[in-house]
Amino acid sequence: MTKAATKKTILLVDDDIDFLIQTEAVLQKDGFQVIRAESQKEAEELLQNIKPDLAILDLMMENFDGGFALAYHVKKSNPGVPVIICSAVTSETGMQFDASTEEERSWIKADLFIPKPIRHEQLLREIHKLLKD
Amino acid sequence: MQKLQTLVVDDEPGMRLGIRKVLSKYTLKLPDVDEEIGFEVDLAESGEEAIEKIGANRPDVLLLDYKLPSMSGLEVLEKVRAEDSEMVIIMITAYASLDTAVSAIKRGAFDFLAKPFEPAELKKTVSKAVQNLILARQVRKLEREKHQVRFQFISVLGHELKSPLNAIEGYLNIMHDRIAGDDLGSYDQMIRRSQVRIQGMRKMIADLLDLTRIESGQKKRELSEQNVFTIAKTALETVQPSADEKGITVNLNAHDPIMMNCDSGEIEIVLNNLLSNGVKYNRENGKVDLVIKKNKNLVTFSATDTGIGMTKEECDRLFGEFVRIKNAKTRNILGSGLGLSIVKKIAAMYSGSVSVTSTPDIGSTFTVTLQSDLPIS
Ligand SMILES: Nc1ncnc2c1ncn2[C@@H]1O[C@H](COP(=O)(O)OP(=O)(O)OP(=O)(O)O)[C@@H](O)[C@H]1O
Ligand SMILES: [Mg+2]
Repeated sequence: MTKAATKKTILLVDDDIDFLIQTEAVLQKDGFQVIRAESQKEAEELLQNIKPDLAILDLMMENFDGGFALAYHVKKSNPGVPVIICSAVTSETGMQFDASTEEERSWIKADLFIPKPIRHEQLLREIHKLLKD
Repeated sequence: MQKLQTLVVDDEPGMRLGIRKVLSKYTLKLPDVDEEIGFEVDLAESGEEAIEKIGANRPDVLLLDYKLPSMSGLEVLEKVRAEDSEMVIIMITAYASLDTAVSAIKRGAFDFLAKPFEPAELKKTVSKAVQNLILARQVRKLEREKHQVRFQFISVLGHELKSPLNAIEGYLNIMHDRIAGDDLGSYDQMIRRSQVRIQGMRKMIADLLDLTRIESGQKKRELSEQNVFTIAKTALETVQPSADEKGITVNLNAHDPIMMNCDSGEIEIVLNNLLSNGVKYNRENGKVDLVIKKNKNLVTFSATDTGIGMTKEECDRLFGEFVRIKNAKTRNILGSGLGLSIVKKIAAMYSGSVSVTSTPDIGSTFTVTLQSDLPIS
């Protein structure tokens, strides 16, 4: 495992505590340092003091589109930081979107959209791709 | 104005045109329908032509002569009925014998008109038939809506049951793969969370059983005269352990006895839900007061807590199935969102009502008013 100082930091935001615990365990096993937040508000406060290397955000928290707002926030203060939005909206509402076209990328400030339930191997693969390591 | 498609089938041109003249100027107003109803009249001079026109454009109302040149009115009637149960059919007959009328009605005609008839008679018969048609449509619409609500309920239910299963399965997989290495504390937390999710699921299933028992009406209600003070005491005991965990005091403020005709199981469900909410959505060391009063034939239960409260907008949504208020204050409180919808259903069974007043961060009062003198079984 890499030394603590060189560990990359991931900001993980979701109001589902079970998702947080499980994803954190998986990311830690893979050598990441994880900072958790349970709400959009908590995440916004954290972002004043931390500079994560990547952010994984839930879409619907206390606000319907909290994830999008937060993604915008992350990108504004940390332009190069990749953002993944994870959400169950597709399975819950049948709504379909991802960040693969230019047009969508222009208003969704996220690099990737992963529908829940996520598969851990897929999440890790995508993270490494985005971090280019 | 709503226009009903009407087809008049008669081989006598005078009859066809006469009926069209009367009906196309006729409008009627039904008691429970907002719209006026008018008629768009089309004509056919033989059974064959009628079948062709019906195939192309299905009418709502069919006025059908009994005696037609080749294909008879009865044949047309039978053919149409075989494919369509909704269209109202009125037979026109020159032989006003009871026999013809009976055989037509047996085959599915709604009514008959005996030739010759006055415009007033025509209008009266058509108006009766239309009332029947509109009523039947409303019943069908209601049934469809009920079906839709059922369907929605089941799909939300499926989702609500899947989510704890997913969480528990996720924990089991992580533990199985020893993802947290030898960090035992981490596994302990996963086991605890799995237990919490299982508990939540069990509570939801218990709520569902309450709900189906109430809705199906299968189990006979046992209405008898009961002392609700005693029932309330039992409910207080039930909620006591969870109140103790948060240092919450639960008080009962009522006379002993307060008699009412009820099914004690139903009253217990109502009180358990009000008290458990009062405790769950309370602060540490808070208070829940249950007040029961009887005034004439009404018994009022009100539960007041010192908890997180709700905004006006949140109060309006509360009583629906699976509705839970999602915010930072409720995030770690478990529930399926069925409790108050059950309370509302039971209140309706006592010709009663439920209401709520609430102030954020101060507390809420839920009031259930029930009629106490339902006839006993
Ligand atoms: N006393 C209360 N104070 C504040 N909020 C309340 C109170 N009672 C109910 N609520 C709100 O209303 C919602 C619906 O309540 P309800 O009892 O139907 O469901 P629940 O408590 O979430 O689940 P359960 O089916 O287990 O009772 C709750 O999720 C909560 O947000
Ligand atoms: Mg409840």
